[in-house]
Parts: sequence; structure tokens; C-alpha cells
Amino acid sequence: MSILLNKNTNILIQGITGSEGSFHAEQMIEYGSKVVCGVTPGKGGQTATENKLPVFNSIHDAKKEFKIDATVIFVPPRFAAQAIIEAIEESIELIVCISEGIPTRDMVTVKNMLDKSSSTLIGPNCPGLITAEESKIGITPGFICKKGSVGILSRSGTLTYEAIDQVVNVGLGITTAVGIGGDPVIGSSMIDILKHFKDDDDTKGIVMIGEIGGNMENDAARWVKENLNKPVVSFIAGQTAPKGKRMGHAGAIISEGSETAEAKIKILKECGISVANTVSEIGITMKSLIG
Amino acid sequence: MKIHEYQAKEILKKFNVPIQEGYAIDNSKDIDSTIKKVQADFNSEAVVVKAQIHAGGRGKGGGVKYCPTFEDAQDAANTILGMNLITHQTGPEGKMVNKILITEALDIEEEYYFAITFDRSKNSDVFIVSKEGGVDIEEVAENSPEKIIKSWIDDSPNALEDAVKEIISSLSLEKFENVEQMFKDLYRCYIESDCSLLEINPLVSTTNEEIIALDAKVDIDSNSLFRHPEIAAYHDKSEEDPLELQAAEYGLNYIKLDGNVGCMVNGAGLAMATMDIVKHCGGEPANFLDVGGAANVETIKNGFKIILSDKNVKSILINIFGGIVRCDRVANGVIQAVKELELDVIVVVRLQGTNAKLAKKILDESDIELISAETINEAATKAVEMIK
Repeated sequence: MSILLNKNTNILIQGITGSEGSFHAEQMIEYGSKVVCGVTPGKGGQTATENKLPVFNSIHDAKKEFKIDATVIFVPPRFAAQAIIEAIEESIELIVCISEGIPTRDMVTVKNMLDKSSSTLIGPNCPGLITAEESKIGITPGFICKKGSVGILSRSGTLTYEAIDQVVNVGLGITTAVGIGGDPVIGSSMIDILKHFKDDDDTKGIVMIGEIGGNMENDAARWVKENLNKPVVSFIAGQTAPKGKRMGHAGAIISEGSETAEAKIKILKECGISVANTVSEIGITMKSLIG
Repeated sequence: MKIHEYQAKEILKKFNVPIQEGYAIDNSKDIDSTIKKVQADFNSEAVVVKAQIHAGGRGKGGGVKYCPTFEDAQDAANTILGMNLITHQTGPEGKMVNKILITEALDIEEEYYFAITFDRSKNSDVFIVSKEGGVDIEEVAENSPEKIIKSWIDDSPNALEDAVKEIISSLSLEKFENVEQMFKDLYRCYIESDCSLLEINPLVSTTNEEIIALDAKVDIDSNSLFRHPEIAAYHDKSEEDPLELQAAEYGLNYIKLDGNVGCMVNGAGLAMATMDIVKHCGGEPANFLDVGGAANVETIKNGFKIILSDKNVKSILINIFGGIVRCDRVANGVIQAVKELELDVIVVVRLQGTNAKLAKKILDESDIELISAETINEAATKAVEMIK
């Protein structure tokens, strides 16, 4: 079992003819993902990648020939919101947006549409998700993953990889790892992903990686306390970050007291979550709980 | 992106928001003529001279002066233009005032606080208002939070209408004729200019029964600048740290801090986590530096250049998780950069991910002085211990 994604998920790639899109299409296929086709407006009828995947002008056209369960978006930020909207309008179940730098205003519009739809959006500005030894959508390096019992969710890309690597190295392995993205407005919150992990019998423990900015970790901590009966290990990046400075991610900026790493760690602990002292201790902390 | 008060007022004016009028100058030769022009154009003997820097608290720091006469204005303008202004937001080193705004003086009756920003937790814009205007709003929020009123604008059809009514009532502004339209114009300005913050502190009522924006602080969502070329042109490079600017030109994301352990990392989250573990090991990080997804010889070389421009740096910790990037390539890049730049600081390298073992072998066998480490903890400990 896994969440959101498995080896049978039919995947479409928006922006497949771009350099990122075609490179990662190859990487995904190599990992075992069932990539069936791509979309680039104006390039319908062509083929892309060495696997000669068909390219369509729109998702609408692609759906006439393929059953599409998920789409992944590799398009420039100024067009990315429109690409997400197209996927929502075509009722694609799972939408993953890798693009970084989408204007917040565009994402507010997307989020309002999303809330009225049946689609799930992961990202933007995220590495995507991977179900170990089955399928990946996005840019997570596949070779670091081994099947196991830990679910991972994170606001940061390379910290997701770091967590996967540590959890695999202590011998636990992962079910699914989800990078939810570092922007102020994202499709799926920590709670949204935790709900999926709660229902997944194979997921015995959860690693939840947050950072400064916003209150998502605090909301998630309270939700865990009320609703979740599985051990959670957390890590919050940015304990040394100065106030008012945007630390790389658009979402990683402290504007209220509750948004500091210190405040979040306090709330997480109060809600019964084990917080790793340093980034090096994520794996061993999980091992001590479910090893 | 931050912009100056005078620039923010230019934007507000385009949306018909009444502002305290004036002219901005950056040359002391223009002081006398500009004061006269303000006095004539806005029919105001008294003027106000305001330092234009990207930081709040300008008044308390001596950067804003009310001047009843021409001579007072001359004195104030000559003092403020070119001064090093220190406020609670500039840090102890202060900021050079390169521009001043000379404005009309208004007869103020009441001062209010007004802001629009985005509330992530509700996925909604929010009006934040208070009758306690003209003062540090963070202090008001701290000491008397009940004096701050928030009104959210969600995507329902009457949300804006309702929120505007609510703030007018809570500020008791019903008697002012155009105030409803003004709040709507402010909101339209906020939306159409892709502001992440639009703050008017204070918004004032005058003895002429007008409502006017006396000050303006506007932050623009940098990701939206492609559709606002006229706002992008407001970017004032002199307000930014020169090293951060240079890093941005290299495509690197760098923020200078006060410590002596330089950090070079791929990914913002991992970069913050690396700073944290340096501190945890008893050291002080010198910077945040995210070299991005594609760490290659060029980005690493540029990263070194930026970090080494900070003379406090005694050691450099490189922490790269090679996902798509192969670690052996990064290792070769580090070796090449160290040789070319003739580094004389301690360099600790931790590479994990694709081809990590090969990378460690390359580093260990190279003829340059590098310390390689396997875990972040080991790397941070070494980077801190070696300079004690």
C-alpha cells in the first residue's frame, strides 16, 4: 500500500517538450512510473523522449486516447497557474506542480478553484512524490528509496531526500514521500497528507519536516494530537534564521511569533510529537520509535 | 520586493487613492527649488521632509521632520539627505539616505492604521485596521490586541463590500463621503499590483474632512514582476546588501549572517538545517547560501567567491545532497574551484546521494586540503572544531 500514487497510476506530463519536462519524463519512466503521454500547447502530434511518448495540444485531447490519473507540471512559472487550472477543469484526480516562482495571486485563484473541485494538488515549488519501488511523479531521486514502513512529508525538496536517505539507512524504508512545496499558497497542506497516511495500513510512522514561516506545522501538530494514532517525528528548519528575511522559499519568512522554529517546536512537542534536535537525527529518532 | 514611500504613493495615485503630495529628490542642489515647488503647488507654507529608505521607524530615528518655514525645510533636507539613518529596523549599522521626499504638511485630526495583506491560514486577503495609527503597530498588537481589527475578504460575491463596511464602522469613518470608494480603490491597487503588503500608517483625517494616505509601505510579490515592468523599474539596488545583489546576479540565493562558518548547500530547507546544525555544534553560521538544484563547477566557484567576500569566514561547510546532480561531478567542481581560487580557509565537504562513495574517494585522493565527511553532523562538527 501507499498513498496517492502506485505503479498503476497513469501519468501525463504538462510541458513535456521543455528541457526539464523531457529530462524528468525519462527519469520517471526509468524508475517505473507509468507515463503515458504529454501536453505542450502547439506541439500536438509530435512525440517526445526516447520512448516516443505522444504529445497533445491539451489535456482534453489527451483524454480522448488515454485514461489519465495524474498530471505533473513542468512549465515556466508565468504559465503554470493556467496549466493547473486546465488540469482542474479536466477533473484530473492528482495534479503535481514542480514549477517554482508562481505569483501568489495566481495561486490564490487556483486554490479557490481547487477547493470547489475533486482534484488534489501537490505543490507548487515542490519535488513531487514517490512511492518506493513503484512510481514517482516529479524530481525525487529514485535510487535512494527502499520500500518500508515510514511515510514522509516535507515543505523542502532536499530535506525530503535527506529524510528518505536516513530512514532507509536505519533499515526502515518508506511507503510514500511527498514534498508539499515551499510557497505561501500550496495545494495540499500537511494535514491533507497526514490524513492519507493515517488511512494507509503500511505506514507505521510518519516523518513531517517543516520550516519557519506560516502556521501549517502548528495546525498539523494539533490535528495529530486529536486524530492520529501513529508515531510522528518532526524536524523544523530555520532555528538560526533572522526575522523578516526570506530564507530561499517564498513561504519561509517569519512574520509572527508563532512562525518561528522555536515556537513550532514547542507546539509540536506539546502535541506529543518527537522533534529531532538536528537534521542528522531524523532517521534514528524514527528508528527509536518504531524500529 | 520592497519599494520606497514615494514610489508606493505613485502607485496609489494611479488608483485614485488620495495621498499626501510631494516630490522626491536625490541631489542637494534641488532642495531649495523643490521646497518652493511643494509650497506653491500644494499651497502649503509648512512642508515635511522624509527620508526614503527601506525601513520603518524613520520618524523616531530623525528621518522625518515637520518644517513650518522655508529655512527649517532647507536645514532638515540638508541634514537628512546623505545622513546615516538608524532605526529599529535598520540594525545598528543604519542606512544611508540617498533620497528624500518633500511633501505638503496637512492639518491632521485623527490618525489610523490601515493594511491589506494575505492570510495564509484562511487563503484570504485581510484588512487590518486600528484607531491607534501613526505608531509602531507591533507594539499595539503586543500591548492592546483588542485595538486591532481584522476583516477577511474571501472569494464570496459580497466579501469586499462587507469587509469595507466593517472597517468603516470599526474606525467610525461613516461621516466621510468617499471613504468606501477609497478602501475599494486600495484593495484594487493591492490586487492589481500584486502586493504582498499594502500598509498605510498613518491614514489620516484632516481638518478639511478629508481622508488621506500620509505614508505608504508597499511590498510587491517578486514572482509577479514579469507583468509589472513599471514596478520592476522601482528596484533600488542601493538599498540591498552588495553581496546579496552579486549572489543574485550569479543566480544564487545568499543571505549574510554574523558568524564565521560559511555554508554552501543545495536547497533552501537543507541550507537552513545546515545553519542550524552549525549552531548546534557550537559555531555560528556566516550565511545562508542555496546554490539551487543544479550544483556545477561554475555555481560552486561563484558560491566560494561570495562566501569569501565576507572576511569573517574561517571555514566553509559544503553540504550537497545529489539527487539529479551526481556527487562525483560536484566533488570535481569543488576541487577545481579550490585550486583556481587558491583558498586559504578550511573546507569541509559532505556529499550525499548519487555516486556519493565515488565522490568521497575523489575528495580523499585529491592533492588539495579538504576535509570530507559522511554525515551532516560530522561535517558541521569538523567545520566548527577546526577553527577553535
